[in-house]
Amino acid sequence: MGISGLQPWEILYILQEAEQWVELNRSGAAKHDDRLAGLTIINAFFENSTRTLLSFEIAGKRLGADVVNMHAAQSSVKKGETLIDTAVTLNAMRADAIVIRHGSSGAVQLISEKVDCPCLNAGDGSHEHPTQALLDALTIKRRKGRVEGLTVTICGDVLHSRVARSNIFCLKQLGAEVRVVAPPSLRPAALDRFGVEIFSSFDDALPGSDVVMMLRLQNERMNGDFIPSAREYYHLYGLDERRLALAKPDALVMHPGPMNRGVEIASSVADNTERSAITEQVEMGVAVRMAALDILTRTARSVEGWT
Amino acid sequence: MTRLSIIGGKAILPDQAEAQRTNINIDRDEIAGVGTAENSETIDASGLIIAPGIIDLSVFATDKPAFRFGGITRAALMPDQSPVHDDPATIQFAGLKGKPDFWVHPLAAATQGLENKQIAEIALMKDAGAKAVSTGRSWISDSGLMLRLMQYCTDLDLPLIVHSEDHDLTANAVATSGETATRLGLSNAPAMAEALAVARDLILAEESGAHIHFRQITTAKALELIRGAKSNGLAVTCGVTPAHLLLSDDALADYRTFNRFSPPLRAQQDREACLAAVADGTIDVISSGHNPQGPEGKRLPFSEARSGMAGAETLLALSLSLVRDETISICRLFELLARNPARILGIDAGDIAEGKQADLILIDPDAPWQIDSNKMAALAGNTPFDKLPVQGLVTKMMKGGKVID
Repeated sequence: MGISGLQPWEILYILQEAEQWVELNRSGAAKHDDRLAGLTIINAFFENSTRTLLSFEIAGKRLGADVVNMHAAQSSVKKGETLIDTAVTLNAMRADAIVIRHGSSGAVQLISEKVDCPCLNAGDGSHEHPTQALLDALTIKRRKGRVEGLTVTICGDVLHSRVARSNIFCLKQLGAEVRVVAPPSLRPAALDRFGVEIFSSFDDALPGSDVVMMLRLQNERMNGDFIPSAREYYHLYGLDERRLALAKPDALVMHPGPMNRGVEIASSVADNTERSAITEQVEMGVAVRMAALDILTRTARSVEGWT
Repeated sequence: MTRLSIIGGKAILPDQAEAQRTNINIDRDEIAGVGTAENSETIDASGLIIAPGIIDLSVFATDKPAFRFGGITRAALMPDQSPVHDDPATIQFAGLKGKPDFWVHPLAAATQGLENKQIAEIALMKDAGAKAVSTGRSWISDSGLMLRLMQYCTDLDLPLIVHSEDHDLTANAVATSGETATRLGLSNAPAMAEALAVARDLILAEESGAHIHFRQITTAKALELIRGAKSNGLAVTCGVTPAHLLLSDDALADYRTFNRFSPPLRAQQDREACLAAVADGTIDVISSGHNPQGPEGKRLPFSEARSGMAGAETLLALSLSLVRDETISICRLFELLARNPARILGIDAGDIAEGKQADLILIDPDAPWQIDSNKMAALAGNTPFDKLPVQGLVTKMMKGGKVID
């Protein structure tokens, strides 16, 4: 459902399990394992997504599962069916796991209460996006050797970002120091209650940062309601080479994608493979999702120790 | 039509600190007097409280089984209906819906279609039986229109019942700003949106001389403003629901849509301020906001679900918990539940006194029962208090001297 509610050892266990899948995925031609053979996984995406859906589809298929994708655009949701009825329908098809993305916070929990199989949250509204936080943690851990004790600066639209919420919960659980930079109009209420250090100036937050995590600014926020213009946003919160030089010399640049080049991040920073881990994040995404699908179905598969 | 006496019980009488052991004589539909029993036909109320029938100042549905269970003899029906109660015919028709066992007092929509553009035919609706005007669940952002509306209500001697949230702030919000809303990723608005609306309407009320009733006040800041206005002699009253007295926003933790209200559940300090305001007299009315919603309105993601609770049948039992924990006396409780609502609506009820309508309820104040959303009398069981053990049951109800089964 979310990172909130997971213990540090549980997070570390998933990361450790994901390592084997990183190796498999890099192993050349036959990137395949059959442990989920015969299982049906439904990717129920009520909100459009290309990369997350693809990542889950590849993860399921590499483990040998039968993966079916349901897009909201083609589904009965458009015909007025309620979410609960859709959930009951999916349940009746006897899926072994359902991966859900929905535009409404709490929708995944609502579905999970009505189905018998495990549900995996692939992003619900502004609530959580747990596999994104896990793949980010795995990326940091592999690049930096650890997460504990690092200083991670998160910058952007924190108000609407499920990525930011899951990352704050995950990084704090793993012992990192988290700094948050957001425009005042996109800074959530009571953020100080989440154990993070809040900055209004990006330049002030960067010194000492081991990781700089940029968030995507949705186009619809730039029309003057929240942000006067993309130009002004880039001036205040865009990550360019000058700003990156304020962070630690070996600071890692991350972005959940898709990027708005020239709005939140300069192309020269995004494309600098020494500093940027953005494509590696995508790679880790498949591995983390393989680990999550494996772990979630262990009870159903009667794996020893999980029954 | 008979003469009878209710004997052996303790009655809630005006301006008394505690319920008094006495008898009540009823002559046809009126209370003939209090004291020695004068009639041979009697109702034995031993061990029971005799109280005026509850006057529920805001309900969204005429729900007779729930009213009967909850001891509500009169209900003021909000104009937010389909179609909106904005013309004399719908007002007259809605007023008949309670008969013969209950009184329904339909509130007149302040603006046509509650669209907040043109003032509705308030005078005609008054002639059709409307006792008050209401802005419904909406907010009139146009201060010029609001001032003219208040001036109009003042001339017609009708109170104006308003919903107090500045809609420009609360437009897409489903929760109050704070740790809970941020953690759950729910769109939210700062609690001060209520005080902002109250402040404007208090200034307009002072200018126009209108009697404003703030239907639900849920924040410390707004209560402070109203307390100040009252001490300056302004004719202003306000109400609250049991949910805002007993729950705070941490009840949203599992996205439970039965806890979605408008205004939303607030922070713990605001809840405590509401309790204090009930105790010190700043809050005048407790109403149910009765809004039964079936699964099609509630079994949805939180931000898509409808707001509101089925509150009529739990109004008395939940309010009695304020007496049990000594926040208020039982006599003060019935000022909040009956006397003050009657005064706001300008109706001859709400008190046990000679000449008043014999709308009475007999209450076993200690009778234990459990709220169960699956077994409610109401049209739907959307209560945030499911499985809560409570005390206080209405054993008999009387409208105009006639016992209602």
